[in-house]
Amino acid sequence: MKGNEAVAEAAIRAGADGYFGYPITPQSEILEYLMEAKPHERTGMVVLQAESEVAAINMVYGGAACGKKVMTSSSSPGISLKQEGITYIAGAELPCLIVNVVRGGPGLGTIQPAQSDYFQATKGGGHGDYHLIVLAPSSVQEMADFVELSFELAFKYRNPVMMLSDGAIGQMMEKVWLKPQKERSKTVPEWATTGKPPTRERVIITSLDLDPHRQEKFNEKLVSKYNEIREKEVRFEELSCEDAEYIFVAYGTSARVCMKAIQLARAQGIKAGLLRPITLFPFPSKRLNELSGRARMMVSVEMSAGQMVEDVMLSVNGRIPVYHFGRMGGIVTTPEEVVDFLKSKI
Amino acid sequence: MTEEIIIAGFGGQGVLSMGKIMAYSAVMQDMEVSWMPSYGPEMRGGTANVMVIISDERISSPIIRNFDTAIILNQQSLDKFEESVKPGGMLIYDSNGITRHPERKDIKIYMVDAAEEAGRMKSPKTFNMIVLGGFLKVKPVIRLENVIKGLKKSLPERYHNLIPMNEKALERGMEIIREV
Repeated sequence: MKGNEAVAEAAIRAGADGYFGYPITPQSEILEYLMEAKPHERTGMVVLQAESEVAAINMVYGGAACGKKVMTSSSSPGISLKQEGITYIAGAELPCLIVNVVRGGPGLGTIQPAQSDYFQATKGGGHGDYHLIVLAPSSVQEMADFVELSFELAFKYRNPVMMLSDGAIGQMMEKVWLKPQKERSKTVPEWATTGKPPTRERVIITSLDLDPHRQEKFNEKLVSKYNEIREKEVRFEELSCEDAEYIFVAYGTSARVCMKAIQLARAQGIKAGLLRPITLFPFPSKRLNELSGRARMMVSVEMSAGQMVEDVMLSVNGRIPVYHFGRMGGIVTTPEEVVDFLKSKI
Repeated sequence: MTEEIIIAGFGGQGVLSMGKIMAYSAVMQDMEVSWMPSYGPEMRGGTANVMVIISDERISSPIIRNFDTAIILNQQSLDKFEESVKPGGMLIYDSNGITRHPERKDIKIYMVDAAEEAGRMKSPKTFNMIVLGGFLKVKPVIRLENVIKGLKKSLPERYHNLIPMNEKALERGMEIIREV
């Protein structure tokens, strides 16, 4: 099935309570699949096409405040529209899943795959000091698997999670193993707002605190949460790094391209390897720093003007040269181009 | 075994669905597979292409520049992809509407006159299955029984009555393909 369809089916099977979205290429199949699959008949899951992206994210805000497992999806321009809602959700410490199937920008850009939303996804996106947990699937299988993982992390940390995919993975078909149907939760966490029973005080969900001292305390709490996430939730995959002199750092579609580039480079006697970040926030900085002790060079391969490369540079801290390579505007780099670039820098 | 294929032609010729059937058939044979369409503002009459990779191993890049096999169904695609066939690879094309034939000497070139044959069989929609049959004859990477299973999987049930007709088209393709 297509990557987009895998997200949709996995959401039903993960026991999601609601999906709120608005169509945009290249991710419309998520909403289309969910509409056709009629999950309200299978599990009671609500699927709704909102009147706009802004409405959809605020429906997610509402659903999440009620303790429900809710999600939305869009592509780059639509994700920009959702940023206000996302920062409110982060500020209210609510769990939810946001899927971004990235296309080329800025503005309306193109409808072809890109990875130019890395800064937006990992550094905030909306205003205020906050982070999303960002997962980067690089196969249709991971598009399915990361839905459940996202919900787990979102509820564990009461934090919005973004799956940062791209048009290629969304539109591509691959073999996928789907997990069995999970039942939807019958209970909600105690922080959820569900009305005021006589037995407890009412729960208020807000991202507003006019007292700066209390707000600073809250900011400090967020910082310690993000630090805990940095400590415990870093995920990555290494390929042929054991003896690699040259290490590609790439996620999503670019990581797949680099897997092939490694084969091509090694056939020419160049010892190349790949570190594929699976979480972009938290970023595998510690591991990259370790690897920079024995590698000669790193190349961050992204379909952007060079965004993740900044995090690679910070991780390596000047120890070895770090370069960026990538195509833009919806063009996917080919493995041959990656190898040619590497050779030009050796 | 890894087979990297591009199928290219006009939108409406069944390019994407041929790739899809190929992909499902390979899954039926327990192989790894990726299907990467050139999606975009495409329409009937415009150009369409799809990259299909079938392998015994984990597939690395679903997007590639050089192919073991190019299946070419119109002139624009021939102009664009003839150079992308790996040396020693093969190119299969339908000569219908082709004014400049493939010229490379370092690859195997096959012709399958599927459009003409589909007309003769009075089932123009089986055009792509004739081409697929031709491909399977010269590159038997997937067994015919698995292709039939793949067809069942990719066609909605209301069209399952058309499977025998498609099977016939596959067989016809196997008969008429010839090396140039």
